[in-house]
Amino acid sequence: MIWRRRSEAEREPVPAERDPDKHPVLSNLAAIGKISTDVLVIGGGGAGCSAALHIAERGVRVTLLERGLVGSQASGVNYGGVRQQGRHPAELPIARRSRELWGRLREITGSDCEFVPSGHLKLARNAEEEAELVAYADVARQYDLPLRLIGRNAVHAEFPFLGPAVVAGSFAADDGHANPRLLAPALARAARKAGAAIVEHAEVVRLARDSDGFIAETANGLEVRAKSLVNTAGYWGGAIAEQFGEKVPIQVLAPNMIVTEPLPYVVKVNLGVVGGNVYLRQIARGNVIFGGGHGEADPVALRARPLPAITLEALPLAAEIVPMLRDALVIRSWTGMDGQMPDHIPVIGPSRTTPGLFHAFGFSGHGFQLGPAIGAILGELVLDGRSGTPIEAFDIGRFTLGKPP
Amino acid sequence: MNQAIFTRLAETGRPRIAFTLDSRPVEALAGDTLLTAILTQAASVRESEFGDGPRAGLCLMGACQECWVMLDGHGPVRACTTPLEAGMAVRLRRRHAD
Amino acid sequence: MPTDALCTANPHAAADLPPVIVGAGPAGVRAAEALLAAGLAPILIDEGAAAGGRIYQRQPPGFTRDAATLHGTEAGKATALHTAFDAIAARIDWRPGTLVWAVRPGELHLHRDGRAETLPFRDLILATGAMDRLIPLPGWTLPGVFSLGGAQIALKTQAVAIGRQVAFVGTGPLLWLLAHQYRKAGGGIAAVIDTTPSATKRRQILGLLTQPGMLARGLSYMLGLRRAGVRIVEGAMPEAILGEGRVQGLRWRDARGRVQESVCDAVAMGWHLRPEAQLAELAGVPFRFNPRQRNWEPDKDPTGRTAVPGVYLAGDGAGIEGADAAEIAGARAALSLLQDRGRAVDAGLLAALDRRAGAMLAFRHALDAAFPFPHALAAGIADDVMVCRCEAITAGELRAAVDPGGAMEINRAKAFSRLGMGRCQGRVCAPAAAEIIAARLGAPVEAVGRLRAQAPVKPLPAAARSTP
Repeated sequence: MIWRRRSEAEREPVPAERDPDKHPVLSNLAAIGKISTDVLVIGGGGAGCSAALHIAERGVRVTLLERGLVGSQASGVNYGGVRQQGRHPAELPIARRSRELWGRLREITGSDCEFVPSGHLKLARNAEEEAELVAYADVARQYDLPLRLIGRNAVHAEFPFLGPAVVAGSFAADDGHANPRLLAPALARAARKAGAAIVEHAEVVRLARDSDGFIAETANGLEVRAKSLVNTAGYWGGAIAEQFGEKVPIQVLAPNMIVTEPLPYVVKVNLGVVGGNVYLRQIARGNVIFGGGHGEADPVALRARPLPAITLEALPLAAEIVPMLRDALVIRSWTGMDGQMPDHIPVIGPSRTTPGLFHAFGFSGHGFQLGPAIGAILGELVLDGRSGTPIEAFDIGRFTLGKPP
Repeated sequence: MNQAIFTRLAETGRPRIAFTLDSRPVEALAGDTLLTAILTQAASVRESEFGDGPRAGLCLMGACQECWVMLDGHGPVRACTTPLEAGMAVRLRRRHAD
Repeated sequence: MPTDALCTANPHAAADLPPVIVGAGPAGVRAAEALLAAGLAPILIDEGAAAGGRIYQRQPPGFTRDAATLHGTEAGKATALHTAFDAIAARIDWRPGTLVWAVRPGELHLHRDGRAETLPFRDLILATGAMDRLIPLPGWTLPGVFSLGGAQIALKTQAVAIGRQVAFVGTGPLLWLLAHQYRKAGGGIAAVIDTTPSATKRRQILGLLTQPGMLARGLSYMLGLRRAGVRIVEGAMPEAILGEGRVQGLRWRDARGRVQESVCDAVAMGWHLRPEAQLAELAGVPFRFNPRQRNWEPDKDPTGRTAVPGVYLAGDGAGIEGADAAEIAGARAALSLLQDRGRAVDAGLLAALDRRAGAMLAFRHALDAAFPFPHALAAGIADDVMVCRCEAITAGELRAAVDPGGAMEINRAKAFSRLGMGRCQGRVCAPAAAEIIAARLGAPVEAVGRLRAQAPVKPLPAAARSTP
């Protein structure tokens, strides 16, 4: 968004904090030209903004380039689940670390992003699904994630809003949900405060490496040179990796999201089901947010749409677990684009071809909770060469070197 | 006291129709919309969920979405675009208990 | 006009499907009539129970007022449109009471009474009409506040007044027409407050004289109200709607800055109309800002064609031009559709329609200038006034969302503040919200953009089920 600056004569005196010329976008425009920095981050989702924050906090120069606005795609338009339960075991150490950051988000960013540690209740609708809950509880125990299994009578007694189709539940008291529209912008604000340059509307159109490091050029004429490059570009992270000889089988993923009008606030827990064909949360204002299935997406045209037929399919699934939804009105649906890997876990870690390049993309529809910790891990990888959190399972080599993780 | 918002100016010879408003038996006229049927005897059709008071619709053309009410056995309906039928059980949407 | 493949590639572009028209107002009915005349029976969909649109909305069965009582000088046009519809109704696929809640390439998603249905289409004429443009005021959520259009529908189709003593406030021809209609119907009028000074209107006299009949009617409404002793104020700005639990008065400031109050039990307010263009957006039609009307509108050319092949627009849903222009535009869009299907159309008829549409433009432009949108009133709404009625978001909360480090355009302001996220999707508050944001950022209003539409464009009962 660019408009003509008013001349001095046209302008009324404005206090500095209200001066539109001091607005970040305009100060970014002034910076157009060349930037030399230590670390370049491409992609302003939760992971990228958190990486910029963690790097800047250690006094290292960092620039983040975001094609649109921070948090425009997967990070900003997802369901808002802050969930450890049900994750791939390899993700649990990252999820544990991220949960600790979620608890301190207000301290870190100045906003709690409406994070509610409501607990996450995963539901079984038949005996097979119940058996899966039991099996996962054993896995979770090994990773220090306490789960409480709840039988049929108890789950209806404790959560009376559930429909009769529910036969059991598994409760993760530590999990919750948050407002996805707020996370990346809050992290970006904190990163700026810590000294990072967060440049929006800066689509990278050329990326190269020479003996001095990386060079990125944006469509609006900015050139950034950096010693290290962090690839947090979501679905488009696949294209960046490919530029450096690391082609991965990434696909676009667009979760179909729906929200109802405000209803009496009774679903005070984040709900999921075994199999994941529907997931549902309610905010204190009363709106019920739920998802299930996928919309359509065109990553070239940068356009994603929810699918009406998928929305219609999700309605009875949601009403089956929370019957009060039968009398509700659906008021909006939406989606956004994420990258999905064939094994449904992300690529995280150093490039296998290019020194100084670090990847974190392809979160396969469940990266929102991980974002804060991914940034911390990337900061450690870039600045210390290693992270204390185990990430071996996410090595890009599992796709490019033909070896199992 | 008469709580009505709307005032009938003409067409008052139409047949009377009985329905219930929050379980209270009331009457309106054949050809009324639910909104007319309600606002010729009540001062609002719903309350804001956010505690800022009663609402009585705004646009009457199905655009503002301010006048949704509940019909027992049917679900939510928009009062300004729903014709009144005999025997309807209308419930006004009151503010949620927090 | 760029579009993208995801929203425009119609899989049914060559299919033998009947044309679909959404909206059975003046534009939609005339489009249906023209298509049927060419032997192509369309599907005509409307949310309402009867054709006629908002302007010529029919009263329900059992009402006895005649057309002259209902429509005054426009009775002939209303009757002609109703007659035209009645003559074709049995020969087209008429689907009243049906909401189009989503559009995808080549497919409409319908909802009627709990049943959802997918309707494939090859050609689509969107004639979705308009709604009032409103400006939030303190107290505007009180029961007894309605839009001008709403107050007119109450009178025309339900034979009710919105109150015993109604204050009319806003600007535009509808303000005066409606006050005139209330007076004739025996309704009580507390005051008519036009935010436009009379001098502003007088400056447009030459343009308004291009339609002398319309001008004369407008002047007669004003004169009739004055003669009847109705309190009329021009160039005044409303300050607040007063009352506890319901409307009890209106406070306003006259042209000389004096604060005044009118006792009333209802307020009808509106500043012209804004297009109902959500379906056009979902169909992939690009939008343009109309600086004369200070409205966003889906972009069409004078023939009704858009950048999306097979999607045509007609009537106020594509820019406010009024009911007469809508009838012409509906027929014109239908002829474009027929041409694009390779059918011969009457060149003389085409030329006549284009000539008549062109002849109306000067009057429309003069009308826009004669009754300008008082955007400073919207931009200056006090922080504690609720702007988004659905989500109860105040002007102050919206301003906080665009303050330094915050949003630079209206959709991100929506994401941060929740303004426009409620049941109406910002239909009611978007014009004022854009003015508030633009003023705060020191930007022109078109630079802050417009709220994007999302399916369902109107609330969809969660109990809706697909028809097998």
